[in-house]
Amino acid sequence: MSAPLLSVRNLRVSFPTRSGTFEAVRGVSFDLGRERLGVVGESGSGKSMTGRAILGLVRPPGKVSADRLDLNGETILNLPERRMRALRGARISMVMQDPKFSLNPVMTVGQQIMEAYRLHSGQGGKAAREKALEMLSAVQIRDPERVFDAYPHEVSGGMGQRIMIAMMLAPDPEILIADEPTSALDVSVRNEVLRIMDKLVTERGMGLIFVSHDLNLVAQFCDRVLIMYAGQVVEEIAAKDLHQARHPYTQGLLESLPRLDHPVERLAVLQRQDSWRNDVKGA
Amino acid sequence: MAQMLKVDALNVWFGEAHERVDAVKSASFTVAKGESFGLVGESGSGKSTILRAITGLAGSWSGRIEVAGEAVHGRHRSRAFHKTVQMVFQDPYASLHPRHSVDRVLSETLHLQGMDQIDARITRLLDSVGLGKGFRFRYPHQLSGGQRQRVAIARALAAEPQLLLLDEPTSALDVSVQAEILNLLSDLRKERGLTFVMVSHDLAVVAHMCDRLAVMRGGEVVEEMPQASLRAGAATSDYARNLLAASESYRREPV
Repeated sequence: MSAPLLSVRNLRVSFPTRSGTFEAVRGVSFDLGRERLGVVGESGSGKSMTGRAILGLVRPPGKVSADRLDLNGETILNLPERRMRALRGARISMVMQDPKFSLNPVMTVGQQIMEAYRLHSGQGGKAAREKALEMLSAVQIRDPERVFDAYPHEVSGGMGQRIMIAMMLAPDPEILIADEPTSALDVSVRNEVLRIMDKLVTERGMGLIFVSHDLNLVAQFCDRVLIMYAGQVVEEIAAKDLHQARHPYTQGLLESLPRLDHPVERLAVLQRQDSWRNDVKGA
Repeated sequence: MAQMLKVDALNVWFGEAHERVDAVKSASFTVAKGESFGLVGESGSGKSTILRAITGLAGSWSGRIEVAGEAVHGRHRSRAFHKTVQMVFQDPYASLHPRHSVDRVLSETLHLQGMDQIDARITRLLDSVGLGKGFRFRYPHQLSGGQRQRVAIARALAAEPQLLLLDEPTSALDVSVQAEILNLLSDLRKERGLTFVMVSHDLAVVAHMCDRLAVMRGGEVVEEMPQASLRAGAATSDYARNLLAASESYRREPV
């Protein structure tokens, strides 16, 4: 494999609390090439925080440290905000989980996409409008003209998420961090959105970090999967081998899913073990 | 078997004249007592709207809704109705009052239902949803998503209903927590002989929980099928077949 797009070594994110320092991410290391990398874990496992740390979105008093955090060989660890802004959106983009909270409620959808695109591309309004409409139809919105002039409260959750994705993809980023991008979407739309991201990886060589709690989806969609628990990567495995995962946490997660092809009377409930929190030896 | 819920030629719409949106179009289905019935479909297909119409929360509707043999009218629901039917909503972060403790949520509900021995009932309710006494005086922000959904289920059970309407009860939860809540719901259904109508976009969840289901599209019921057909992917209509295939997996396009 060629040099990785993104290289992360021993990434840590900590927050001071009244009862001492809380480490949300504890020594995460991975390389991202031109591939689909899945990050799986439950809420609170630090998977979203890892994404936010890479984008420099952890606000004080939160602290980010790492032995290495390189984008194409250049460090992006704790860059001044001005330089980070030039990167964010243009070279690394993030699709957030909940469109309700990440779209501006007092701007029309079209204006928001145009704003994002113009800021990073320096294009004029007319080109931006065309691009916005093009991106809206690219994410399978049937009536882009109408949605362009709609406000976020006028669109459904699934449509909001597609709008977010359209907005993030408009400036053609090198890396896309997608945080549960499809969990609010219908299956048919979900597959369309995945196909869009898939194309960007295979055709344009984008690197994709796909944060999700849906193990089966990750197994099918991604190339490689990191499984996170309590701020650490407890297992790294090729996506196609996910069902042969060795870590009891991964196995427990897989077993707790209801399956169409495998009826069970009761679902297995994950039995957590304290030892999973212990420090994992560095790879 | 006795009928618990009958929905016949149900139309639900929002707005009037040129702004009118038909959310549900002549939907019909029946659910027997003790049965678990699923409604699946994409967002906007009207599945949640049907539940809301039953409970009197949706806009204007026409057609016929019968609960335990009694027809309901308009948006008003009788006290007896709420004793029979209760609903659990999708988002446990939004359906609990942030400044009411668990105790207050449950005691208020019990008061409204005209129950006696409220204190003892609260303990029993918390117990039945797997929350100990320790949770009684907590506020929603002190609870995890799964615990909140348990409180929401306890609140629904407070009226000792026969029919539970479940609107995506686990879609906001982690898979491991989802398993716990689904197990809890199955146990409660068995113990209390409840009837479920469950809306979900997750076909595997519906297959696990429901005996029968209806597939909806654009406000209409496209197809009704038993659980076995869902598991076998044996739908008769094209739309339902595609939906089943799409949720089965994501397939990469050949490169």
